[in-house]
Amino acid sequence: MNIKDVEDLAILSRLDLTTEEKEQLLQNTEGILNYVKVIEGVEVPDIEVEYEQKNVWREDVLRVGEPDFSHDLIVSQFPDSQDGFLKVKKIL
Amino acid sequence: MIDLKNLTIEKAHEAMRKGEYTSKDLTEAYLAVISEKDKELHAYLEIYSDVLTQAEKADDKFKDGTATLLTGIPFGIKDNILIEGQIASAASKILENHIASYDATVIKELKGAGAVFLGRTNMDEFAMGSSTEYSAFGPSKNPYDITRVPGGTSGGSTAAVAADMALVALGTETCGSVREPAAFCGVVGLKPTYGSVSRHGVVAMGNSLDQVSPVAKTVREVEIIFDALSKHDENDATSVIEQNRTPKKSNIGKKVGVPWHLFEEELNPEIMENFKSSVEKLKNDGYEIVDIKLPYSKYSLAVYYIIMPAEVSTNLSRFDGARYGLRIEGETVTDMFNKSRSSGFGQETRRRIILGTYILSHGYYDAYYNKAWKVRHAIIKEMNEAFKSIDFIMTPTAPFLPFKLGEKMDDPVAMYLCDLFNAPANLTGTPSIAVPSGFSKEGLPFSVQFTAPHFCEGNLFDIGKKFEIIR
Repeated sequence: MNIKDVEDLAILSRLDLTTEEKEQLLQNTEGILNYVKVIEGVEVPDIEVEYEQKNVWREDVLRVGEPDFSHDLIVSQFPDSQDGFLKVKKIL
Repeated sequence: MIDLKNLTIEKAHEAMRKGEYTSKDLTEAYLAVISEKDKELHAYLEIYSDVLTQAEKADDKFKDGTATLLTGIPFGIKDNILIEGQIASAASKILENHIASYDATVIKELKGAGAVFLGRTNMDEFAMGSSTEYSAFGPSKNPYDITRVPGGTSGGSTAAVAADMALVALGTETCGSVREPAAFCGVVGLKPTYGSVSRHGVVAMGNSLDQVSPVAKTVREVEIIFDALSKHDENDATSVIEQNRTPKKSNIGKKVGVPWHLFEEELNPEIMENFKSSVEKLKNDGYEIVDIKLPYSKYSLAVYYIIMPAEVSTNLSRFDGARYGLRIEGETVTDMFNKSRSSGFGQETRRRIILGTYILSHGYYDAYYNKAWKVRHAIIKEMNEAFKSIDFIMTPTAPFLPFKLGEKMDDPVAMYLCDLFNAPANLTGTPSIAVPSGFSKEGLPFSVQFTAPHFCEGNLFDIGKKFEIIR
């Protein structure tokens, strides 16, 4: 890994990093990868994974007691809003 | 004067039922200890302003005869569990003033019973850490030695219970985050079977791992809380339906498997001595101790530190400054995302996001993420196999005694190793309980950990209670 990798990852994860932070992260990430890459050498037979779970679906209708969240609390916490709508800088 | 030190849920319930004192009296007793000790211990980030009103409502239930075991019981609630109208910040600056817009299912259950929420307990930011030192609002301290950590990430919850600042508490586990601090603070912590307790309304860290976990001084109390919270929840797609909650192994006996090979070499000698003597005591009480080998399990922590950051990088992408929490404006929307996240997330959080993004990126996905899942399945299979011939797996809960504040802050991997023995249960989804087992010569708590097959919490409570008597 090198600094450019950290910069690319920062772009993907929407993080602004200082040069110092990038250096630190490079060091830390390499250290952690050093620890976890032990699994590369682990021999795992091709296990047939048997999932006991299955996907659970429901009808797309409001159930009793829904919505269980407070619309007012959500809207009141918009960092910026106008007429009850969430406001951000222009996207297009 | 209520004897908080030796109080239990059942004792408190009896006393309140008989009218010896009210929930309001009990709550005030805890508030008094909090005002005396919490400035130093910093177990709480906030004490709720409506605590006494909650207690009064509980007292009404005693008056009209509808009180149950958890009515009027003062709880500490970890800062990543949502209570409508209260701040839930997951100990992060990005959510510092975020007010929950709904109740977590576990909160709804406890509210229904009339439990009292004292306040939100401190934690490592976004539940990442092993010491509560990664909290954006300062670390909590170990009540047994304030120069040492209480463990993490549920360190606030365990410190509160240990210091009589709550009768019981809720924490969460993704990898050892209740068992390890329970060990460090000399209290009991249970990580339930994955899918047994609802995750709805709990700030997500690792969806395939997270579980709400009760904390108390005794196994019986943890059992009471688990029984109240263990039910299917339609709002949690990973919640197991009632008909699938049969114990994976019926006829659990008294065979305890100890994977000595996993910790023989590196363990702190004092912990090893205490562990060996704990094992002896069980043996003398009629438990058969079996040496077992779990070769894949030694890769548990490495597997965890690949799968978890991947899940974290996805889960934390929702925190972008747009709809709630900290927003730092930029020239563009993307700029706003970048600035808000960079200001709002602490160092460890950023570390794990970067790591997770790397693991999931093209070219590494297969080598790391896919391989980690293959090894995870091998660990699951291995544990299921082991449980065919033994009934419990027993290990020390943590490889070290509570360490000094700051001691492991420079080396992330050193910090990660705290959860070495906890990881298998999180990866496999099996229930696991940490029970105090004595004190070191410096007065620091020892702890042992029992793991059982899926949905065998009842058996964990049995062996836990037995161990509490004979330790």
